[in-house]
Amino acid sequence: MIPSSTYRSPRWLAASLLSLGVAAPAMAQEDPIKVGILHSLSGTMAISETVLKDTVEMLIEQQNANGGLLGRQLEAVVVDPASDWPLFAEKARELLAQEEVDVIFGNWTSVSRKSVLPVVEELNGLLFYPVQYEGEESSENVFYTGAAPNQQAIPAVNYLMNEVGVERWVLAGTDYVYPRTTNKILEAYLKGHGVGDADIMINYTPFGHSDWQNIVSEIKAFGSEGKKTAVVSTINGDANVPFYRELGNQGIDAADIPVVAFSVGEQELTGIDTAPLVGHLAAWNYFMSVDTDTNYDFIDAWIEYTGDDMAVTNDPMEAHYIGFNMWAEAVRKAGTTEVDEVKDAIIGVSVPNLTGGYAAMMPNHHITKPVLIGEIQDNGQFSIVWETPSTVAGDAWSDYLEGSKDLISDWRAPLSCGNYNVVKGSCGGGEAQ
Amino acid sequence: MKIPPCLRRLLALCLLACLPLTAQAQEDDGQSLLASLDAASYAQMGGAIEAIVDSGDPRSRDWLEALLGGKLQRHKESGRFVVVLENRGRNWPVVDALTGEDLGEMSRRELDRIGINNSLRGQLQSVLAVLDLRVDDVGARREAARDLLGQVDEAMVAPLQDLLEAEGDAEVARLLAQGLAIHRLEQGQVAAVDVLAGSLNGEVRSALSSAARSDDPALAEAAEAALAGIDQKLRLNRGLETLYFGLSLGSVLVLAAIGLAITFGVMGVINMAHGELMMLGAYTTWAMQQLLPGQPGLALLLAIPAGFLVAALAGIAIERGVIQFLKGRPLETLLATFGVSLILQQLVRTVISPLNRTVVTPEWMSGSLMINEGLSLTLNRLYVLGFAMLVFAGLMLVMRRTRLGLEVRAVTQNRAMARAMGIRATRVDIMTFALGSGVAGLAGVALSQLTNVGPNLGQNYIIDSFMVVVFGGVGNLWGTLVAGLSLGVINQVLEPWAGAVLAKILVLVFIILFIQKRPRGLFPQKGRAAEG
Repeated sequence: MIPSSTYRSPRWLAASLLSLGVAAPAMAQEDPIKVGILHSLSGTMAISETVLKDTVEMLIEQQNANGGLLGRQLEAVVVDPASDWPLFAEKARELLAQEEVDVIFGNWTSVSRKSVLPVVEELNGLLFYPVQYEGEESSENVFYTGAAPNQQAIPAVNYLMNEVGVERWVLAGTDYVYPRTTNKILEAYLKGHGVGDADIMINYTPFGHSDWQNIVSEIKAFGSEGKKTAVVSTINGDANVPFYRELGNQGIDAADIPVVAFSVGEQELTGIDTAPLVGHLAAWNYFMSVDTDTNYDFIDAWIEYTGDDMAVTNDPMEAHYIGFNMWAEAVRKAGTTEVDEVKDAIIGVSVPNLTGGYAAMMPNHHITKPVLIGEIQDNGQFSIVWETPSTVAGDAWSDYLEGSKDLISDWRAPLSCGNYNVVKGSCGGGEAQ
Repeated sequence: MKIPPCLRRLLALCLLACLPLTAQAQEDDGQSLLASLDAASYAQMGGAIEAIVDSGDPRSRDWLEALLGGKLQRHKESGRFVVVLENRGRNWPVVDALTGEDLGEMSRRELDRIGINNSLRGQLQSVLAVLDLRVDDVGARREAARDLLGQVDEAMVAPLQDLLEAEGDAEVARLLAQGLAIHRLEQGQVAAVDVLAGSLNGEVRSALSSAARSDDPALAEAAEAALAGIDQKLRLNRGLETLYFGLSLGSVLVLAAIGLAITFGVMGVINMAHGELMMLGAYTTWAMQQLLPGQPGLALLLAIPAGFLVAALAGIAIERGVIQFLKGRPLETLLATFGVSLILQQLVRTVISPLNRTVVTPEWMSGSLMINEGLSLTLNRLYVLGFAMLVFAGLMLVMRRTRLGLEVRAVTQNRAMARAMGIRATRVDIMTFALGSGVAGLAGVALSQLTNVGPNLGQNYIIDSFMVVVFGGVGNLWGTLVAGLSLGVINQVLEPWAGAVLAKILVLVFIILFIQKRPRGLFPQKGRAAEG
């Protein structure tokens, strides 16, 4: 590394030279606030993550049009980690150490978040993570604006159990940390509700899996044994397109075997002919079809920003919308972009969400969200068939897993702990497992 | 059900005469019927739907269909019910649900959807199916009768009995009888089992499985026996199904590998950009569909020659630009073509988009072909299977029956001798590489119907392609065919008990072991040149 004094001297020199020529106002112009964007713009996750980069850029543009933040303009710093998990850590380091960004919005897959985590903690950055995830994690430097399992998976399974009368379960997922942990939680939850071993089928497939013939046919056979069957899908990324195509071709009707997905939103459905999929479900905290004025304003702004009349919005975009506004509010409250002060100021901050309510940042760095269940329509949108009566606060640690149910997370002083064991009364190091 | 013509004319006359009056009365009726639909919770909506059916209103079918499609909506301000004609984009063309009057376009902000859920969708489908049972088209009646399996409830029994007695088509009658029998079985009637025995339908099996768990020992026993018979038949079907799955996966492998078998086997060039040539073929399909909007089928057919050409031209460019300078140096060729593959991927990302493109599957390629009720073959895979066989046959013809094929074989066997006989080896190299690349393009066209069309498409298939070529015996087209199909079948046989991830690993381990035993693959090339 070059010592920072020599590294900075040319700029310092330039500034003093400028000040000779230009009058005082130029001196008063402060550096912009740098906002890092860490989303894959290429590779298997680009299908989902590219729009999130655009969302943050749009929010920055809007904020700047409204006079910026603390009288300073915002500036986006975009990097492309290319769906390559180790590259996420490198790019995060680049953002924090070289670009010296004040905050990062980014990541989709849990494996990429896990790879970024140590970097953000080491360099004391701020990361806003916008995607539903498996929980079992709490970091002082990360704010989880997507859903925890108790804000998505558990309510969805409850809906199927109580409203649809499902008794047999297929847990199908892509083979990595999010589906495996979510399915572990769901399996424990289902068994706790009297579902037998024979009525649970678990299936994992590699990333980008494209040959679904056998699995779909097995699901069909599993579902024809006289008990109402449903598929809980944690299949991620572009493997969903051939999966849904095969479902349609093999004639699996939502009325017979509904599929509830946790990772398929409006964006993913744009690549699929949805006519044969009408009625299959997704559980999210936001759908584009939500009927509120704030949502219509957001959609209009998004369509104008992208210049595409058919552009769609989805849940992680809303999470970035909430996260960005929370961060801006916290910066305003703290009067600075200093990480430690923003971190303290943001707990308790509450901003409007797009479904007509408010989202509040909890002491465990998760937020409150309503849970919605939607059914796929023939135009690639979801119609909401069920929602929680009020918002649900996200749990960092699952209540249904051994070794996790005694833990709480609270990042306020004096506790300041991500995994406080309420039974032992101590703050453990590292992760729970 | 048929009304005699004279009576019908009379009815029409009467309708015409009373039109102004009834129209007025109907409008009020319709408004209140739809309003009750709108006000109800999901639990109460079932009743509201029945009320609409019972009203006998001539527009009720249109309303129910619009409701099923999520297109029955209410204008927020005026409370007027409308049917949305097209619900994509922001502004939707709508017509009045009661009068059919064209209301122009409305923003989705102004409209409120009347939502339904899956159980209501089931109810609506069966109501509409009962209506469809009265149409003249036998195909539509069969479809409707099949939809009704497992959906029959008490209220439908009487009308279905009547329809069953009047039914002329044996297949429709059988399905209706089964539908009614499932309902009777749910009521606990043992006699219903006889009607259902031997049927391979999933709904029937599902109903029998529930009955087998019932508390009534006689019913449980009868259902158990019927199930055993059905399972016997299903096992056979299941075997056939696995074979079909294996062959269809295998045909994809053959398509992906056969172009490589030519360039790798015949020319000895390890072309790591082979996958990207497939990607170009897939993108050509997408581009054709963009050029011919609304005609996905025609575009797909035209994409076959176009995909071949595009990939062949790209292949020539690669051969002239890179490979000819590295002749006889396989490792350098591997590295250089790997670089080309990265360049091509990034080119597509930059020029087109990193996002996957939507390739439409034409109507005649979606759905499945029903062999019997326990076995149906998905159509898109069936077409790909046929296409792979055609490509294979075509390639065999080219190699065996054309001058190019003869020259290629000559150059492969003994380059120096062939040149001495006056064959222009360089030209043959170019043509061979173009042929192999063009076939990769064809594979891409086929893959666009099965998987995502995106910059990563080629990467997902390159390993599989090399696997097939090496397993089959380098340079042997028959070897490629047998290797591809058998690897497909092995994979699909392993998958049910090993899972998709482990099955893939097991297939790789199997190939490694096989290559240890027979390093030259299934069908090794013979002759002095090959063994030297």
